[in-house]
Amino acid sequence: MGIIRILAPYLTLLRPNLVQNHQLIMARRLYASRTIGVDKNVWVEFTQLAADYKAVNLGQGFPDFSPPQFVQDAFCKAVSGGPQMHQYTRAFGHPRLVKSLAKFFSRVVGHEIDPFEDVLVTVGAYQALFCAFQALIDDGDEVIIVEPFFDCYQPMVLMAGGTAVYVPLRPKGGSSVLSSGDWVLSAEELTSKITPRTKAIIINTPNNPLGKVYKVEELQMIADLCIKHDLLCFSDEVYEWLTYDGAKHVKIASLPGMWERTITVGSAGKTFSATGWKVGWAISSGKLIKHMKIIHQNSVYHCATAAQEAVSHGFDREYELFGTPESYFQQLPAMLHQKRQKLASCLRSVGLQPVMPEGGYFMITDISSVNVDLNDESTKNESYDFRFVKWLIKEKGLATIPVSAFFSPEHSKEFDKYIRFCFVKEDSTLEAAEEILRKWSQKE
Amino acid sequence: MGEEESRGGRMSYTRRILNAFRFTCRSFPTNCRRFCTSQSVMASRHTHAKRIEGLDKNVWVAFTSLAADPSIVNLGQGFPDIPPPSYVKDALAKAASVDRMNQYTRGFGHPSLVKALSQVYGKVYSRQVDPLKEILVTVGGYGSLFSTIQGLVDEGDEVIIVEPFFDCYVPMVRMAGAKPVLIPLRPKPGKKTVSSADWYLDPDELSAKFSSKTKAIIINTPNNPIGKVFTRGELQMIADLCIKHDTLCFSDEVYEWLVYKGHQHVKIATLPGMWDRTITIGSAGKTFSVTGWKLGWSIGPEHLIKHLQTVMQNTLYTCPTPLQEAVAQGLLLNYKLMGQPDCYFSSLAEELEGKRDHLAAILQEAGMSPVVPEGGYFMLVDVTPLNQDLSHMGDDEAYDYKFVKWMIKEKKLAAIPVTAFVGEESKEQFEKYIRLCFIKEDSTLEAAGDILKNWRKV
Repeated sequence: MGIIRILAPYLTLLRPNLVQNHQLIMARRLYASRTIGVDKNVWVEFTQLAADYKAVNLGQGFPDFSPPQFVQDAFCKAVSGGPQMHQYTRAFGHPRLVKSLAKFFSRVVGHEIDPFEDVLVTVGAYQALFCAFQALIDDGDEVIIVEPFFDCYQPMVLMAGGTAVYVPLRPKGGSSVLSSGDWVLSAEELTSKITPRTKAIIINTPNNPLGKVYKVEELQMIADLCIKHDLLCFSDEVYEWLTYDGAKHVKIASLPGMWERTITVGSAGKTFSATGWKVGWAISSGKLIKHMKIIHQNSVYHCATAAQEAVSHGFDREYELFGTPESYFQQLPAMLHQKRQKLASCLRSVGLQPVMPEGGYFMITDISSVNVDLNDESTKNESYDFRFVKWLIKEKGLATIPVSAFFSPEHSKEFDKYIRFCFVKEDSTLEAAEEILRKWSQKE
Repeated sequence: MGEEESRGGRMSYTRRILNAFRFTCRSFPTNCRRFCTSQSVMASRHTHAKRIEGLDKNVWVAFTSLAADPSIVNLGQGFPDIPPPSYVKDALAKAASVDRMNQYTRGFGHPSLVKALSQVYGKVYSRQVDPLKEILVTVGGYGSLFSTIQGLVDEGDEVIIVEPFFDCYVPMVRMAGAKPVLIPLRPKPGKKTVSSADWYLDPDELSAKFSSKTKAIIINTPNNPIGKVFTRGELQMIADLCIKHDTLCFSDEVYEWLVYKGHQHVKIATLPGMWDRTITIGSAGKTFSVTGWKLGWSIGPEHLIKHLQTVMQNTLYTCPTPLQEAVAQGLLLNYKLMGQPDCYFSSLAEELEGKRDHLAAILQEAGMSPVVPEGGYFMLVDVTPLNQDLSHMGDDEAYDYKFVKWMIKEKKLAAIPVTAFVGEESKEQFEKYIRLCFIKEDSTLEAAGDILKNWRKV
């Protein structure tokens, strides 16, 4: 890379036809090296494609129904509130919101959370993850990423100068893999990946795209390793309220010895079906949050006030109704449970094999039994699932996401026969998808 | 600042020792337990990344909480206490009532917003601005600065920053591993500083700051805190140097509409040869008096904007949808009114000019020396004439920091110390100035006036 950089000015002189027709800007490189290798993005690519072909969109993970009335009302109330609702609020989190979050989650975690020290409000969980990596991962640090992983973890590790080390969840051998619970992490495999340079491990429970909800003993295994090797743990729990069939979401931060080394990330977008509000948070020991605050104050500094006010009211309501049938945190998973069933039976009816998720918004399906002629020249060099998904969008008008996008380069080949469906959609959307699949299977 | 750098040096030395210690401990666990406590091992493990070293101090964090007491007349932090135009609030309420508007939108900018920006700025720049390739929507002007610096400034680069500067420029440049090279605006020789136009950039001094490592220069016009509106000639001088040394220009123009009579906002990107090397930053918060919406934008050529987009997709991915929709509506409404008196872009400036003059008069009556700004919503005031003795406050802070803290406590009036906006070497030049924000209700300005009139009374 260094040699190319030195030669670059000479190369451009030798090949003037490559110079843009306006004057040559900077013989040396324009972009910062931290942007190298992180420019591709599966969402940018597939969202565009789904829009271009007006596909029935079970791809990107957002609800096509509205947030619950009570948060919408809270937002409207905030908008018509006093002038301070439209001006800067406290940088590290609107006071009302951090107090609501601290109160709510102290009860869940069983640990007194200080609203001003232990909580950082961010622009979506995405920015919370960014702050965690930038604040705590340095050049040469290794970060263990459990696969399949939400795709942003890898470029974020890279941008922080770190090295990603992958450990896959693997389907248990023997029995046919019908549930996300059948995908497990091998303690031996995980241990073997830890080196003196390992700084942190990132887990996502419930997991996107698999839907796995880690059991307490699985988290304990990870916690034991974190404590033994003194690792940090970044726990992405944006789907924490979405568990099915009695699966219980466990917070790794609540296990002994884990509070001071775990950063738990949450999302109002996923919690209240308002992904477009982009309000998220990180909760951790003040010792770690204080470093993340520095990144935050030097990147975005403040988050939008009115949305934070609305989310705060949402949490206060849920605090009072927690565990009761009126709680949105009961109603949403109940509604999604029914949609999950609907999608699964629809997929099975056309001969596909879905992996039932124990939690989250998504369902992955094995497509290896499907015989299609993927003769699109333009996708020739891509992995099977990428090609399949593009074909499905273009030929059948149905959008999904290829699962190998959530795996590392070294393991993606093993997992390129799965595609991901999002079922957090209106019944009409699911029915439209069902119609497409049925027509397709009837033709064969 | 030098102090912080050396602290950084010492820190990494300590880290190296701890790292070596840690490695030995791992290899010889039983022996080492006697030598290294688990505390020191944990301390090394939980150290922060080098990039944040020395960046923890922040003037806003310090002064916002001091001024938060409602009994304090707050002319400190730069946000309006006047209401935003009702149609933007209505647009937001309307947007939030549409299902789709509460979910993710396009990462690089909500389609209706980038189209509206393309229209407004197409007119302002007199050139086609591609909504998808030449615009990035960000979390405030702040987020645009961050995306620009992260996307285009590398470790080892130098970035020229004009003092006084909006305080985040320096830590952002340092976080990118680059070196800030500071150059102060200087008062014109002989002249008393009564206007922001009395400060200028010395061309020879500026020229000497450019080196082979210079990646970019950051300018802010209208300038915060002085309120200087750079003239075409001054911008041409800067442009000539950018072209000669083949550097980029990051132009922070968040106060672009707030320019007072007799002055004109000039976009450096419109000067010959500059479009291709300039990122121009704007802000919905400052444009529509909604700082709490935190939406801004970067405009520039595709070959630069694409790198900002890469940063965006790896940092927060997308900005809130209903807010973007509402700003789009506000822009479209005012686009139709551009050039007319009821266009908010000009009516706000007119309203603020009155407040500017009102505050300047109040300050003069109180015996202080205001620097009347040509643009923006801040006013510097020289507090030397007050002769306030602050020796009881010790020696470890610049005079203006001490003055503002004292003033908040004793006089219940908040301002911001101007040395927060300059580097170590320029502190002496600016430490008798404080910054007052005048985008406030008349009643707030009156209350400030009362305090100032009664200054001498104990």
